[in-house]
Amino acid sequence: MVPVNYYVALSAILFGIGTLGVLIRRNVIVIFMSIELMLNAVNLAFVAFARQWNAMDGQVIVFFVMTVAAAEAAVGLAIILAVFRSRETTNADDLNLLRW
Amino acid sequence: MALEIGIAAVKALVVLLMVLQLAGLLGWVERKGSALIQDRIGANRAAVFGFAGAGLVNTLMADPLKFITKEDVVPANADRLLHFLAPCVSLFPALVAFAVIPFGDVLDVGGRVINLQVAPLNVGILYILAMVSLGVYGVVLGGWASNNRWSLLGGIRGSAQMISYELAVGLAIVAMVMTYGSLDLQQMARAQGGVLASWLPVPAWGIFYQPLAFLILLCGGIAESKRIPFDLPEAESELVSGYFTEYSGVKHLMFFMTDFVEVIIVSGLLATMFFGGWQVPFLARDGFHFPGGGVALLPQIVVALLQIVSFMVKVFFFCWLQIMIRWTLPRFRYDQLMRLGWKGLLPLALANVVLTAGIILAVQG
Amino acid sequence: MSLPLFLAFAVLMVASALGVILQRNPVRSALSLVITLFLLAVTFLFLDAYLVALLQVIVYAGAIMVLFLFVIMLLNLGVEPQDPGRLGLKMFGTLAASLLALELIAVARAPGPMPGSGMAGATPPYFGTVEALGTRLFTHYVLPFEITSILLLVAIIGAVVMAKRTPT
Repeated sequence: MVPVNYYVALSAILFGIGTLGVLIRRNVIVIFMSIELMLNAVNLAFVAFARQWNAMDGQVIVFFVMTVAAAEAAVGLAIILAVFRSRETTNADDLNLLRW
Repeated sequence: MALEIGIAAVKALVVLLMVLQLAGLLGWVERKGSALIQDRIGANRAAVFGFAGAGLVNTLMADPLKFITKEDVVPANADRLLHFLAPCVSLFPALVAFAVIPFGDVLDVGGRVINLQVAPLNVGILYILAMVSLGVYGVVLGGWASNNRWSLLGGIRGSAQMISYELAVGLAIVAMVMTYGSLDLQQMARAQGGVLASWLPVPAWGIFYQPLAFLILLCGGIAESKRIPFDLPEAESELVSGYFTEYSGVKHLMFFMTDFVEVIIVSGLLATMFFGGWQVPFLARDGFHFPGGGVALLPQIVVALLQIVSFMVKVFFFCWLQIMIRWTLPRFRYDQLMRLGWKGLLPLALANVVLTAGIILAVQG
Repeated sequence: MSLPLFLAFAVLMVASALGVILQRNPVRSALSLVITLFLLAVTFLFLDAYLVALLQVIVYAGAIMVLFLFVIMLLNLGVEPQDPGRLGLKMFGTLAASLLALELIAVARAPGPMPGSGMAGATPPYFGTVEALGTRLFTHYVLPFEITSILLLVAIIGAVVMAKRTPT
């Protein structure tokens, strides 16, 4: 039997890798994919705890996280498309109009 | 424990072999059927010792040999890994989707009751939807990895079409799930035994409960497998072969087989959900129970064989129907296709779900 | 689920997650993410979360990642060039992410017995199936469910408006 700590550890490692992706990559789409990776790491923790407690609430929350991630991915990618049309770049360093 | 795994492995092997054989046979049916419709003879030149077998030798032996021995050409600046992966990603989900389609009721072997379905998942139908969703990757990667703008166009069109029609297909399936109260295809097939009413000795098949869902699933299923009249992604007169233009040899064979395996999946779904699956009219587990009162008892193995044969007949009928539709109808234009999917089938399927919910509430409320 | 099987899946998942952030070809990054999501779905199956596992494949791996691939192909993103600069930022980023992961692992290694019946306990019948999730969703969580449907409508309208080409 695998103790729940192992699942949480795996979730933490995936979350850390996602954070690393957001910090070191400059391509906005890869940054976005790292954010999706973080959301999935959290999903894993929720499902592991739902199994630990025999409560379906964890899986209901995973359902909502998936829905919100889908909505966010759609809108975020539409924004990236619109930005690319005007600035012709996907490098996060070049999207600096709001910098002082 | 080992026996359970052994039985499951045997079932999986049997289903896989049946599907692969049927896919090969469908190639022959397509060539000969199209020849008959177009008033020509079709392929009949390849012969073994003078036996040409109405094109069977040509399609079942010469064609695969030709595909396997052809040179594997990868375009110059293409991504080799993706070029290799695309056909595999296309064929694999299509083949494993058969794990939840039941091909018989139960088989009584030495006191052990074997459920004739490879994987009795509680969420059976969702598994098929998941595998169909994964099949989109084969198209997208095939178009991208060819480094060819016509292939990319075909790939993007094909994947957009597939994900659009997934919605209508999903909603039609939802209506069926509401009618039968279960996502497991074996439960759905079992619920279609019996007759509609005691004064109406017609088998209680799903098509009498959900005719609109049947039409939507037929339409959406043909669109999912990108067959004519929905085959603009691989339109032979426009994009050469669309997303699998740059594939030759075994990779082309895998893409080609995916087409037929998806035809068999759609046929299996239609047969199981709307035409009783393995149900033979008036056949229960121990024999025939005719509505007039006659009873004909049969040994269990004969009943199981009759059910398997009935399933194969229904699947083959729908495969033949899709092949006939292919060679009869002209092709949709791409914007007409998308308009039909989003503005035609999707609202119809939604209305069907609402109507079904209302009827269920009225009948059980 | 036995420990060696879990470790095998965990190693594969971490490898493909590293593939997401380290590869310079965005299409291969997206495919590594698809592999990670698929492995996660299999892990969910082992945790008795059947509906959530299939939803993961249908929604995440089957729809959201296809959307990502579409956008990558529409923007025609090629292989990124090597970026030798800002090594200090990368090292600091790696340090920060590792500290975060280690801290989360340390928090999860509770000294005493964890509450609940534990991973070895029996699950109630129909745990993780459509009936259980649906019952819970439509009794206790019906308000978030309705709000999520409005959220999805807003997202659809927003995405269509943002991605439309404004007539010039």
